[in-house]
Amino acid sequence: MVDLRFSIGSLQFKNPVLTASGTFGYGSEFDDFMDVSKLGGIIVKGTTMEPREGNAYPRMAETPSGMLNAVGLQNKGIDYFEQQIYPRISGYDTNVIVNINGSYIEDYVALAERVSRLGKIPAIELNISCPNVKMGGMAFGTNPVSAREVISAVRAVFPGILIVKLSPNVTDITEFAHIAEEEGADSISLINTLVGMSVDIKRMIPALSTVTGGLSGPAIKPVALRMVWQAARAVKIPVIGIGGIMTASDAIEFFLAGASAIQVGTASFIDPQAAVKILQGIEEYLIAGRFTGIGDITGLINRTG
Amino acid sequence: MPKRIEDFKVVDNQKLNNDFFILELSGSSGLPQLKPGQFVQAKVEGSPETFLRRPFSIHDVDYERNTIKLLIQVAGKGTGVLSGLGTGDVLNLIYPLGNSFSLPTEGERILLVGGGCGVAPLLFLGKYLKSHGLSPDILLGFRNSARIIEQEEYAKIGRVYLTTEDGSEGEKGLVTDHPVLSETEYDRIFCCGPDAMMRAVAGYAAKRGIKCEVSLENLMACGIGACLCCVVATVNGNQCTCIDGPVFNINDLKW
Ligand SMILES: Cc1cc2nc3c(=O)[nH]c(=O)nc-3n(C[C@H](O)[C@H](O)[C@H](O)COP(=O)(O)OP(=O)(O)OC[C@H]3O[C@@H](n4cnc5c(N)ncnc54)[C@H](O)[C@@H]3O)c2cc1C
Ligand SMILES: Cc1cc2nc3c(=O)[nH]c(=O)nc-3n(C[C@H](O)[C@H](O)[C@H](O)COP(=O)(O)O)c2cc1C
Ligand code: FES
Repeated sequence: MVDLRFSIGSLQFKNPVLTASGTFGYGSEFDDFMDVSKLGGIIVKGTTMEPREGNAYPRMAETPSGMLNAVGLQNKGIDYFEQQIYPRISGYDTNVIVNINGSYIEDYVALAERVSRLGKIPAIELNISCPNVKMGGMAFGTNPVSAREVISAVRAVFPGILIVKLSPNVTDITEFAHIAEEEGADSISLINTLVGMSVDIKRMIPALSTVTGGLSGPAIKPVALRMVWQAARAVKIPVIGIGGIMTASDAIEFFLAGASAIQVGTASFIDPQAAVKILQGIEEYLIAGRFTGIGDITGLINRTG
Repeated sequence: MPKRIEDFKVVDNQKLNNDFFILELSGSSGLPQLKPGQFVQAKVEGSPETFLRRPFSIHDVDYERNTIKLLIQVAGKGTGVLSGLGTGDVLNLIYPLGNSFSLPTEGERILLVGGGCGVAPLLFLGKYLKSHGLSPDILLGFRNSARIIEQEEYAKIGRVYLTTEDGSEGEKGLVTDHPVLSETEYDRIFCCGPDAMMRAVAGYAAKRGIKCEVSLENLMACGIGACLCCVVATVNGNQCTCIDGPVFNINDLKW
């Protein structure tokens, strides 16, 4: 038996495979394909105070080994979440984490306060890295001053586990990793999508209604891995690796580079069972390598020499 | 109906013309009850350019043979790869996805309108209607006579009317130009085809107060309501084509 558990502060996860926000709905979309409670955690759709309609169609463009999206945080708002979604998903025997978003610091703070009252949500993922909204989102995550402000403001009101989700659209990821740690974040997750674009040459117009969008999928994995490696060496808090993880071996690369856990994103669109398959593959790898737990391989490539 | 992920085997790949082919696929377990209008998400193997699954309507179902058929138009890379599949090849599907066309009441005069690959869901729908004692008329639009497909299949269901854009067979023009539309008072229209065709048919139906449902082909990533990429603007806000559709009542669409 290998020990797959890992913790962020006082919060224990049964295993290090979580699902990435915006790619796994509220979890129930996947009930037909797997026992969602087998996962270490589910990070639900990006949530805002007010309902949002998101961006106009087309919001998606396929690119080699990946896709661009410009969903723009479509969600029904925190009231709806609290009344309709929360009762339904709080029965999952896993950590359900809410990904919070806003245009202003006050939105993030108000949202964090609301979520802190939901007894079965042990953690929030503070999304300061959404590239698909006109205001807020990535604007916070790419400016060190506003990143610090929003993290510190949310930390002040949220007693639970605070994960800060970082944007890759910065020159030096370690700067933002440090800021998160200094302002009291319990963990950082990275990466959100990379800003990209695609043009429809038949119609001679941008493929997305918003022109630019967020690139995800295997196309971004090498960049994500590099940033996770850099961030993990820069901070002491646990780092959650995200970006293009399709298989257990992708995930293991992230662990070896310094991730304590990983999130499965776009992979779930192609194989709705991807997350559980990845979990199984990680376990097999650890058994084959005679490791006792997942912690044994976290950051292993950094330990030598 | 729970969704499944399942390997299917290609039983037959029938080339209809340069653009269209029909894949007959047999399931590795017993087929669930499928509904007309529902679709599958097929995984195209072998190229980084066909990263996402490809959605296709269920064209026909044979519960006895445990097979489904997909009618596919070669549109690009993914459909190109699928056109090369042969007997015994494996195709992984997520299915059954989406809602379905509604069942009209007895005695309604029904018209099915299709064009291009939009004719795909109408065969399954037509057979379903027929099995419920309804006999729809079928109006199919094509660019020219060489592109006409499946005419005989549809003729088994009901009366078939044709239009071609160049007039090489049937009436010349678009489906909305066909005289049958003014000669017959239909109670309900079901339509699937290119966007412009569906909008034209929806406009026609709306003007005359005919009940009308269209099956949309929005770009999709997941097909199961998880990504919110496939939305269409409706009177109830943005809805997902993959779970709230693909079939929509035109009164609900903000067209
Ligand atoms: C619910 C649903 C049901 C469908 N049913 C059928 C069907 O029964 N038979 C069939 O032949 N096709 C159907 N389609 C369309 C089909 O999914 C696309 O043609 C296919 O995904 C194109 O893949 P490709 O790799 O060959 O083309 P790509 O190389 O990806 O693209 C080639 C061209 O096809 C266009 N295209 C890509 N995706 C779509 C799409 N979803 N709708 C319209 N155009 C698209 C692109 O804009 C591009 O111009 C359906 C689509 C949906 C959403
Ligand atoms: C359609 C889609 C919607 C997303 N929505 C969100 C979101 O609401 N909040 C968020 O923090 N990240 C969101 N993301 C980013 C993912 O959580 C993840 O960080 C990114 O896709 C990279 O991982 P991947 O390559 O495994 O998909 C979204 C990604 C996609 C593809
Ligand atoms: S395709 Fe993902 S929600 Fe419809």
